[in-house]
Amino acid sequence: MLAYIVRRMLYAIPILIGVNLLTFLLFFVVNTPDNMARMQLGMKHVTPEAIANWKRERGYDKPLLFNSAAPGVEKFSDTIFVEKSLALFAFEFGQADDGRDIAYDIKQRMLPSLALAVPVLLIGLLVNITFAMLVAVFRATYVDLWGVILCVILMSISSLFYIIGGQYLIGKVLQLVPISGYDGGIDAFKFVILPVIIGVIGGIGSGTRWYRTIFLEEIGKDYVRTAWAKGLTERKVLFKHVLKNAMIPILTGVVVVLPLLFMGSLVIESFFGIPGLGSYTIDAINSQDFAIVRAMVFLGSVLYIIGLILTDISYTLVDPRVRLA
Amino acid sequence: MSMTAIKFVPLWTDVLIYLLVAVIVAFVLYARKREHLRSQWRQVARSRMGMASLVVLLVYVAVGLLDSVHFREAVERNGDNAEVHYSAEVLSVLDVVLTPLRERVEKTYSAPFATHLYAKEMMELPDGSSVRDYPRLDYGGAHLVNPAADRGADILATATQAALQAAAMLLVLFMLVSGVLARKNKLGFATSMGRVLRGRTELPWHIMLLTFGVLLILGMLAAHLGVKYHVFGTDKVGQDVLYQVLKSIRTGLVIGTLTTLVMLPFAVLLGIMAGYFRGWVDDVIQYTYTTLSSIPGVLLIAAMVLTLQVYVETHPELFDTIAHRADMRLLFLCIILGITSWTGLCRLLRGEVMKLREVDYIQSATAFGVGHFKIIGRHLLPNVMHIVLISVVLDFSGLVLAEAVLSYVGVGVDPTMNSWGNMINAARLEMAREPIVWWSLTAAFIFMFTLVLSANLFSDAVRDAFDPRLRKQ
Repeated sequence: MLAYIVRRMLYAIPILIGVNLLTFLLFFVVNTPDNMARMQLGMKHVTPEAIANWKRERGYDKPLLFNSAAPGVEKFSDTIFVEKSLALFAFEFGQADDGRDIAYDIKQRMLPSLALAVPVLLIGLLVNITFAMLVAVFRATYVDLWGVILCVILMSISSLFYIIGGQYLIGKVLQLVPISGYDGGIDAFKFVILPVIIGVIGGIGSGTRWYRTIFLEEIGKDYVRTAWAKGLTERKVLFKHVLKNAMIPILTGVVVVLPLLFMGSLVIESFFGIPGLGSYTIDAINSQDFAIVRAMVFLGSVLYIIGLILTDISYTLVDPRVRLA
Repeated sequence: MSMTAIKFVPLWTDVLIYLLVAVIVAFVLYARKREHLRSQWRQVARSRMGMASLVVLLVYVAVGLLDSVHFREAVERNGDNAEVHYSAEVLSVLDVVLTPLRERVEKTYSAPFATHLYAKEMMELPDGSSVRDYPRLDYGGAHLVNPAADRGADILATATQAALQAAAMLLVLFMLVSGVLARKNKLGFATSMGRVLRGRTELPWHIMLLTFGVLLILGMLAAHLGVKYHVFGTDKVGQDVLYQVLKSIRTGLVIGTLTTLVMLPFAVLLGIMAGYFRGWVDDVIQYTYTTLSSIPGVLLIAAMVLTLQVYVETHPELFDTIAHRADMRLLFLCIILGITSWTGLCRLLRGEVMKLREVDYIQSATAFGVGHFKIIGRHLLPNVMHIVLISVVLDFSGLVLAEAVLSYVGVGVDPTMNSWGNMINAARLEMAREPIVWWSLTAAFIFMFTLVLSANLFSDAVRDAFDPRLRKQ
């Protein structure tokens, strides 16, 4: 088990190097620091001195890969590639274009992101499983048929409409909660409740439909027929046998997204003014702050790979038949 | 008057769209002769839900295709032998059809069916004094003498006329379908009509006619009322919202289809190669897609679009017109979306091919010394086509929805391009106005929802017919 985990982690290293090279290529080779400076300083009437100044302040004035002016090892280390790209492996994200420390901002913004993402995940899971179970109980009846059609209808609505509609209806017309904003501590509750509701409702369509498929697949299996044949009641079969076994694919599906919860939700956060990592990313994209985007891309892939490893481990925990070789 | 000279300007996406149409037509001709393909499509054709949504999709596609023939009109010249210059504005056939909607531009916002502007303005009265009131619209309801009293009756009369015309057209269509079916099945005309009405035909013609009838009535209503009023109101610069949503159809369709067209060759080829050759080929391909898929999708798209944006802005000389620039950005968005979304299909195909290569007929083909590429082309490709098809159809609606979110994030289509995402993005500020401007959002919602819903329902029908696991039950 331990050997397996170590091997998986070693396998993650080349992937992260690949991600790193890709971002280096996108942000420094295709898109030179000169271009970046020109975008930030305004397209026209930029003097070469202003560009050189901008680059020096942010350390972008070094050569990309090979610094022939530097002595010894620094020929390689005193370059943009090492200082800006490889440094991400040490989680040294450097400074944003406005001079703030990115690592500090990320730490500050993780908590609000989680305050939104964790309730959405948990409540969503509960609601979706309940609905899916309900539909599965009434399988092959009109309840099932119309339940699925309702799911497809809910899935066909863009998440933006849920957000705009919900914000308008609950925040503006009924005035139950503040429209947007955030506050630490216990006050966070009243700011987070509306985005959580909207996040859950937005996921009902696809979630319920997906879990229904899992339940129905499970119901078609041999052990369920055996359970019926033994004369167990419907309730016992569905809740003790089907639900328990269907939890394996459901939970392993959840594990893979767990680490990514830190990244927050891009659109909901920025709509409701929650200062999490999602709105941080959106702001960075809008102000074309490449240092932040680069840091978030790297962080996102690290979290995704952790999620994959956790999924593999959780398979062995919930299903003893799976052996890790 | 001589006809104005025009110059056709095929945009990149236009060419690709018509290429896609050609591929689909070729596939239909190919599938017609092969019974195993026909039987599955026949099951799709028998599904009521599937065919109803297909009718809706085809109407959308028709609008999109009309909007994909672009040209530039010649600017009038004084001299006889002067060189002909063309207008900088690129128009499409749809623009010409929608000329009444396109050219009737008001000053600013106005509500659906309004006769007056949304905002009050200072107006000079004939007697010289000035008053602050809602001014009349330049075009919307301009034919009415007394709008407050006449508007309701006028709308009703126009709508009735439109509905009657639509009903007459539908009746003709119904008789046409019945007539064709009567000839084909060698039945009497009346019997055939009865069968179509009661749904006793092989294909669900009654449902298809009903769906088309609803669309026809809505279309006729829009056509008749749209030239007198602004059916969905006007936006901030006074442009008709109905025109905008209709123009947005092409953007949505291009994103939904071209993305798949771009990514498909890579996903299929690499997926099959990884599963078939195994060894280092498998390792390299697996490494590539794991790396790409480990970057959160939106961030990868954002990173690439930002890079592209810088490139476009530092090279303005590469693009003739605004339309060319917007089109290039749309095409690149498709390619970028394709790069981020091929990994899923590639992984699926790899797994399937790994299973298939151990099957007897492939083993015996190898034993007979059939070449690798012949095995891939003749035996593997046809047997994984159902996976490709299902994932293509399933991806479509997701991509249309993704366009809206990406435009909101600021990495979507060009801001000058008509798209539902851009409309929704603008609606955020409009919803905060007092009184709120709800019509842009509503119009975008209705058109987008209809497209995505019918695409979802159609993909369900296709999956039911093609997924071998579902067919057994």
